[in-house]
Amino acid sequence: MSALALNGLESTREFFRRDQVWPFLAPEQAQVNVGNQMILYVEDLNLSFDGFKALNNLNLYINDGELRCLIGANGAGKTTLMDVITGKTQCDSGTVYFGQNHNLLNKDEAEIAQLGIGRKFQKPTVFEEQTVFDNLELSLKTDKRVLPTLFSRLTPTQIDRIDDVLKTIGLAKHRFMLAGALSHGQKQWLEIGMLLAADPRLLLIDEPVAGMTAQETERTAELLTSLAGERTVIVVEHDMEFVRSIARTVTVLHQGSVLAEGTMDQIQSNKDVIEVYLGEEAAGEEIA
Amino acid sequence: MTRLMKYFSEGRTSGKHTLPFVVILLGVTILASAANLFLPADSALYVSTYTITLLGKYLCYAMLALAVDIIWGYCGILSLGHGAFFALGGYAMGMYLMRQIGDRGVYGNPLLPDFMVFLDWKELPWFWLGMDQFWFAMLMAVLVPGVLAFVFGWLAFRSRVTGVYLSIMTQALTYALLLAFFRNEMGFGGNNGLTDFKEILGFNLQADSTRVALFLITAILLAVIFVVSQKILSSRLGKVVLAIRDSESRSRFIGYRTDRYKVWLFVYSAVIAGIAGALYVPQVGIINPGEFSPINSIEMVIWVAVGGRGTLIGAVIGALLVNYAKTRFTAIMPDAWLFALGAMFVLVTLYLPKGLMGLYGQLKAKRNTVMNKEPQA
Amino acid sequence: MALCCCLFGLFSLPSFAVESTSLDPLLADLVDAKISKMVPILDKIEKASDETVLPLFRTLLNGDLYYIKSTKQVVGQFDTNGETLYKDVFTGQAHPALTKRDVKKIRVNNTLRGYLRNAIARIQLTSKNSSVRESAVRELLSKLDDDTVDILERLYPHETNKKVKQAMGLALAMNTASQTQLAVSNRIAAIDTLADSLENDVRNLLTTLSNDENPAIQEASKAALDTIAQRANRFAFVDQLFFGLSLGSVLLLASIGLAITFGVMGVINMAHGEMIMLGAYTTYVVQLIMPNYIDYSIWVAIPAAFLVSGLMGVLIERLVIRHLHGRPLETLLATFGISLILQQLVRTIFSPLNRQVSTPSWMSGSWEINPVLSLTLNRLYILAFALLVFIALVIILKKTSLGLNVRAVSQNRNMAKAMGVKTNWVDAMTFGLGSGIAGIAGVALSQLTNVGPNLGQAYIIDSFMVVVFGGVGNLLGTLVAAFTLGIATKFLEPTTGAVLAAILVLVFIILFIQKRPKGLFPQKGRAAE
Repeated sequence: MSALALNGLESTREFFRRDQVWPFLAPEQAQVNVGNQMILYVEDLNLSFDGFKALNNLNLYINDGELRCLIGANGAGKTTLMDVITGKTQCDSGTVYFGQNHNLLNKDEAEIAQLGIGRKFQKPTVFEEQTVFDNLELSLKTDKRVLPTLFSRLTPTQIDRIDDVLKTIGLAKHRFMLAGALSHGQKQWLEIGMLLAADPRLLLIDEPVAGMTAQETERTAELLTSLAGERTVIVVEHDMEFVRSIARTVTVLHQGSVLAEGTMDQIQSNKDVIEVYLGEEAAGEEIA
Repeated sequence: MTRLMKYFSEGRTSGKHTLPFVVILLGVTILASAANLFLPADSALYVSTYTITLLGKYLCYAMLALAVDIIWGYCGILSLGHGAFFALGGYAMGMYLMRQIGDRGVYGNPLLPDFMVFLDWKELPWFWLGMDQFWFAMLMAVLVPGVLAFVFGWLAFRSRVTGVYLSIMTQALTYALLLAFFRNEMGFGGNNGLTDFKEILGFNLQADSTRVALFLITAILLAVIFVVSQKILSSRLGKVVLAIRDSESRSRFIGYRTDRYKVWLFVYSAVIAGIAGALYVPQVGIINPGEFSPINSIEMVIWVAVGGRGTLIGAVIGALLVNYAKTRFTAIMPDAWLFALGAMFVLVTLYLPKGLMGLYGQLKAKRNTVMNKEPQA
Repeated sequence: MALCCCLFGLFSLPSFAVESTSLDPLLADLVDAKISKMVPILDKIEKASDETVLPLFRTLLNGDLYYIKSTKQVVGQFDTNGETLYKDVFTGQAHPALTKRDVKKIRVNNTLRGYLRNAIARIQLTSKNSSVRESAVRELLSKLDDDTVDILERLYPHETNKKVKQAMGLALAMNTASQTQLAVSNRIAAIDTLADSLENDVRNLLTTLSNDENPAIQEASKAALDTIAQRANRFAFVDQLFFGLSLGSVLLLASIGLAITFGVMGVINMAHGEMIMLGAYTTYVVQLIMPNYIDYSIWVAIPAAFLVSGLMGVLIERLVIRHLHGRPLETLLATFGISLILQQLVRTIFSPLNRQVSTPSWMSGSWEINPVLSLTLNRLYILAFALLVFIALVIILKKTSLGLNVRAVSQNRNMAKAMGVKTNWVDAMTFGLGSGIAGIAGVALSQLTNVGPNLGQAYIIDSFMVVVFGGVGNLLGTLVAAFTLGIATKFLEPTTGAVLAAILVLVFIILFIQKRPKGLFPQKGRAAE
């Protein structure tokens, strides 16, 4: 009884504290607080589908400006992790924070995207019925509410921005081509271009070089390395050569949790990894 | 700046039909009206008032088709319940016209419409209040469909109900309203609906001049809605809408709250349907629960499918053509119409997925390639 | 069921007219007798005969007994379709040539009527058939007089049949309870026994008694009435539940085919309702072909309807739906077109008017459990039938290779294709199966409603609601959803009216989908995304 009263008193006191505003009145901070040099905190994440544990007490911390590679066998939880971060899938328990101030778990896909988290999917998805230019225009970092979108006009700065992106992804000539008419590799590039146009803080990239030629792969590697620093990049990739060419830090996922983390060399000499991952990978390659 | 110009000339070509459409629509309307009002009835060029009313009806259908096309053709939401919004707009107008009858009804009650007297009601239900004011009734004609669309859309799109689920839900919506409006206790005239209208804003509804005026107003509003819709759909919002149609999840991942876009587009579309209904009722002189029947709503979809969805002009052409065919068919062999309509559903979906406009586009593309090849050869 | 047979037997009794010859002299006497002298003659007739004489007594009681002036033969006067017709009361054989002039009425007075009523009761109460005796007692409950009570008291100790004895006890208890000259304690004891009964007459009696001068009687009657009301309420609940289950079984039959096609192919067949309609019309046609075997026609109609609708389904799949693969909205429109064509086709062939399908005799009538609860047999059979179809379907899907293929395709079409499942064939078969079951649903529906071109239209929305509510691709979900919706509708109806109930259920489902977009029993996992 007295505890209850005390509790009530405490909460009332808390309510009338004068050194801070009420939380519901505090303006939503648009800026990402990266005070600890850390941009993404994933803690104790759990998710199961019908008994199958896709994510199992997963912990992952990504530094601001880092280029991180996620590797792991099929079913290790890489794509699922990205789904949870981008709001596509709800997790069972755990926390995901973007910076120190944005809890991603209570936001939907659109809000997360507006915070500056961009995603590229395994299978390239572009808006096939619209031109390359329109695809990029849609991805620009703008006010994406309904009315502002209705009355928005392309500013010269925005057009310049789109042109820059078009040059970067090598589609300048195809700007008025329907995206559906592009080749598979070009669609991959367009999707990367859409990410760039959105000017995100954190990029989640799922198998960027699948279906690309060796040359294109090289260019992608260059692009991704150049992006890191200013932005944070997380890449999921099966192509180990590619991973080696770009990675500074590599995280190995296995059965829904982190198995090892470190540089490529450290990973390759890690006993656990050799046991479960490289072994499986080798076996997998034999089958393929 | 030149780049901007270039962008506009190359990138945004979807509005190229707008000007010819508006010119033809208004031209034909004015000519037909003039032919009705100023030519003697025995003249070869005389247009009968019946034809004027029929044309006015077609234009209302065309407006309705626009509404369906905006939501289906551009955003991929197949609504099988647009008849509900149309009918609600119609009922708002019908209630106004009903109140205009005043004490000239069969029972001569100055306040209550005949059917309420017949049901032995003593006072006007609350939702009939204010309906004697034209502005208020017209406000309701857009507000009621709009609010219903908002509530329904908000519920449906927020929980990501899409595809056939959504289609059947919309059908269930109009079906529920059909059942409700059939009830006498609802206070909308039950089975018989609202009819026996006398005048609108003091003008006799039977007079030629009133008919022509209604026809002209319908045409003008159709033109305005066409132009506004074209503007909206060629803005960036239009691109977002197309993006949602082609890949909704992708649109979410680049930061668009797709549910909100869909809700507002749905509301816009419902409001257009409501306006069409409000224009329809004074011209045909009746509104009854039959307008809510699911088959009506599906018929609207086939107008759009025939004309070509995803093009506003296609929706208008489809509505005009199918309804003209319906008028002719039902006059010659009424039984065959449902066969024809059924066959149209099957054939258009199988062989003309983009409708007549798509066919036209294909033919033109073919001709262009032929013409381009010739000089080379 | 048994009761229904007996009633049937009772009506056909006049055909055993062997007895009538020995009665002829007595009948002749009856015709000649003065009204005051008739009782002894009737007494002799009663003694000389058994139940076969009942029609004679009943006709006489109604004042419909005449005799032909020329032959003195007795005949009954019957009104059929406004025309007066004379028939032999025993054989039912008509005398079409007779007119009003040829006959003379045998008059009855109140004394005679009282005598006849008792005589009829006596004859029935001594009948060899126990259910005749029981129904006779129950009929007597409302018109207990001293004579009948005497008879009952005499017969009661000798009665061997438990049910008849119970009914007789009830009648006697009613008598005891209403006798004001009896001791109050006896009457209260009688009233207490009455509390076990649900008969209307008992309730009427108790209502009268609750205004009795004696306060103890009043109280006892009120208590008994309360007990009865509670029990009656319970049975009314069961009755409502039964109607809910019945509606649920119809919904189940109508929606289960849709559940299969929607679950496996992801398309909505808007012509599904018309498959139901085709099934109903097949029943109609089968009955046209074999008008003399209505009782058996249903066994022909079920497979025939399955075949007709199933073949139509396969045809639709092959000709239209196959070409619209991956475009569910277009499929919806195209199948809607097909539904229009089918409706119009039926209208052209069979006329737009409703057709009546007759119910086989073994399905008509009702099962009277007690005076307040009787279940109509056709609904009962349809409920059982729906469950049978459901079980059969579950077995098909779980145990046969077709079922395996169907499940594989519904879970992952591309994978199944890669594994060598002929998805084309599976699609066609699935569609045939789903449509065939809709046809069977049509047979069942034809037993409940009139058959018309619009029969199926009403079911497509409801069926879809059931499928969505239950969760796509889950037969058990469909079962639960069908019965839940059926029962909910029937329980809402008394308070809200049928239309509002339908609307409320629709609104409920729209709201339900907000919370659980994948229905009651969703398919989970990544494959379902």
